[in-house]
Amino acid sequence: MDFPGGRVPFTDRLSFVGGAMSPSQPTSCYRTLDSTGACIVEAEVPHDIDEELALKMYETMVKLQTMDVIFYEAQRQGRFSFFMTSNGEEATIIGSAAALSLEDHIFSQYREHGALLYRGFSFLDMADQCFGNVRGHGKGRQMPIHYGSKAHNFQTVSAPLATQLPHAVGAAYALKLQGKPVVTAVYFGEGAASEGDFHAALNFAATLSAPVLFICRNNGWAISTPANEQYKGDGIVGRGPSYGIPSVRVDGGDARAVYSATAEARRIALEHNSPVLIEAMSYRSGHHSTSDDSSRYRTAEEMSEWRARDPATRFHNFLVSRGWWDDDRERQLRVATRKEVVDALTEAQKGAKPPLADMFTDVYADMPWHLQEQAAEARAHAERHPGSLHGIPLE
Amino acid sequence: MSASRILIRSRADFKAHRAASCASSEALRALSSYTASTSASQASDSTGLSDANSPDSKPTNFCSAVNDALHIALEQNPRALCFGEDVGFGGVFRCTVGLFDRFGRDRVFNTPLSEQGIVGFGIGAAAMGATPVAEIQFADYIFPAFDQIVNEAAKYRYRSGGDFSCGGLTVRAPYGAVGHGGHYHSQSPEAFFTHVPGIKVVVPSGPKEAKGLLLASIADPDPVVFFEAKMLYRTVVEDVPTGSYTIPLGQARIARSGGDMTLVGWGQQVAVLERAAAMVHEEDGIECEIIDLRTLLPWDRDTVEASVSKTGRLLVSHEAPVTSGFGAEIVAAISRRCFLRLEAPPVRVCGYDTPFPLVFEPLYVPSAQRVADAIRDSCRF
Repeated sequence: MDFPGGRVPFTDRLSFVGGAMSPSQPTSCYRTLDSTGACIVEAEVPHDIDEELALKMYETMVKLQTMDVIFYEAQRQGRFSFFMTSNGEEATIIGSAAALSLEDHIFSQYREHGALLYRGFSFLDMADQCFGNVRGHGKGRQMPIHYGSKAHNFQTVSAPLATQLPHAVGAAYALKLQGKPVVTAVYFGEGAASEGDFHAALNFAATLSAPVLFICRNNGWAISTPANEQYKGDGIVGRGPSYGIPSVRVDGGDARAVYSATAEARRIALEHNSPVLIEAMSYRSGHHSTSDDSSRYRTAEEMSEWRARDPATRFHNFLVSRGWWDDDRERQLRVATRKEVVDALTEAQKGAKPPLADMFTDVYADMPWHLQEQAAEARAHAERHPGSLHGIPLE
Repeated sequence: MSASRILIRSRADFKAHRAASCASSEALRALSSYTASTSASQASDSTGLSDANSPDSKPTNFCSAVNDALHIALEQNPRALCFGEDVGFGGVFRCTVGLFDRFGRDRVFNTPLSEQGIVGFGIGAAAMGATPVAEIQFADYIFPAFDQIVNEAAKYRYRSGGDFSCGGLTVRAPYGAVGHGGHYHSQSPEAFFTHVPGIKVVVPSGPKEAKGLLLASIADPDPVVFFEAKMLYRTVVEDVPTGSYTIPLGQARIARSGGDMTLVGWGQQVAVLERAAAMVHEEDGIECEIIDLRTLLPWDRDTVEASVSKTGRLLVSHEAPVTSGFGAEIVAAISRRCFLRLEAPPVRVCGYDTPFPLVFEPLYVPSAQRVADAIRDSCRF
């Protein structure tokens, strides 16, 4: 029968779907490399990666890991206030970022700086933001790791969870109307998928035919809450079909599988003007942030088991098996990258703080009278009490 | 040392001021039998709009004025979009009638029922250079979108150091008492939004105002929350210019001139203030100056200050609950600026601090009678 919501067949059987009423197998997880990085010969790889691409992806993964280790340590030394790492999720982030066009706009959560690195955002750009110096994105107004870059089509990170999902939908819709052959890619965790904005975004994207890639990093933990306390049912991927969205579950530790799935998702999104949902299964090997100690809520065994499945090592082994990589290059890359990261931190730490006037600009396009008054008041206070500036220049 | 000099000077001023005040109070008492020539027809209008009776104007109600503005915006700007719940068929209040037929499904469309989705979608579209005009069906239902407005739209430019902006976004929402709306079809949530740096808050008081302010809001480079007085949609008709025009944001309008007391309001409360002013004029000979604030963030303090400097008395009135309403901001700012020129404590005549109560609405709202009483009390102070 034709209901306003669509044609529905009748049945004389009373049966409930979902939950305990119709147990079903979880959606399988697509992969092309086994856990050691060896190719699965029969795997479907509609968008395989060549040597040049593989090297760029791997080099970015090494950059990301190196940066994470050294920035994390710098934060622990008190050089800046906060940091978050991507340990365990490098393949998810780099594999997906590599499958996007540079013209595609990225709306990230806060653990996807690897995508920015892939697009050419430098260690110094990262460090400038973390130190909140005058060169940093956002003029020192946000906590560390809230990166953004207009040149790299990467919208500024904001801390509230899942708010960026509806943005990606509206952006994709607007870009579609402008006739641009691009998608938006929006990253989020399985915890963020519990927010209302997740539901709103998927429903809007489906009903308004917006070419958005929803890329969920299901890393198993939302701070201390394990995924099995976050949702029931077939994870995040299980929700996609009920919104009418093509969906896929992929091994987030397999960079080749993530690349292929994302590239195919992008093709579907553009050909069908449709959103696509990707659930990348991975593990947050590090703490939630520098303010977290995850040994308080998960076992050392679990963590060490997952660390042994390092996605970068897995991809490294794939490269070696193809004859694209060797130990010498590995050593050279790691040494050079380490130096670059250390130099960037040193340079950024020397950067001046943004001037006091920057506290009041960019709130509005033109500064209204009340902000002009307050800016003058703050300046007068600072001039009267120079110690209150804490190193912030007036101009 | 300099502080004590300031104090002494102030005391000297204060004495002189009190003397002047007494004279002024005497004059006021004499007003009881005085019939002033001042009336609403003398209201000044700072917008430079065309004459209301010109051939380029026509009688238009509030709803049609909004509709007219939306037609103009979508006609002028090919990147303008109009969407929300039931917007495609013309909206439950009929403000978007005809837009779908004229501009098509891509630019004028229904959305699923999710206010956070509507505003979030609009932010993303605006970030890509579109000019989204999003409709929230009732202001009472804007709260699911509060996070998107407060944490996202308002901070989008600031947090990016000016690299990104969603300034093209305008969020329209019908607000206010309507006689039978109860808790959830009556609220005036404007004050929540005036507490949010990065957005503008606009509340027009009539059809001509609505059209010019809506077109200005849509063109404005900052996100705007635009509250429409739904009780006025079909009850007020005035001559509205048929062409495109804007009324600058942040500039108040003097709706009635007078020298005895300044009344400040916005939206549909301006008409209540006009009725109250007519009552005290007729019955007591008190001449009120009415300021239609139009924009609450940023608000036009200069105009209010100039008026209160002249009248020495201030009343602010809004339907929203009195505690932490926007009236508090105005009273605080004007008390500071006009302290030595005030003849009486500034007063607020507002909704009570209860949820909006259905059958008690006539007593809940700041009626013309309540306002008139407060004016008389203030003038007798």
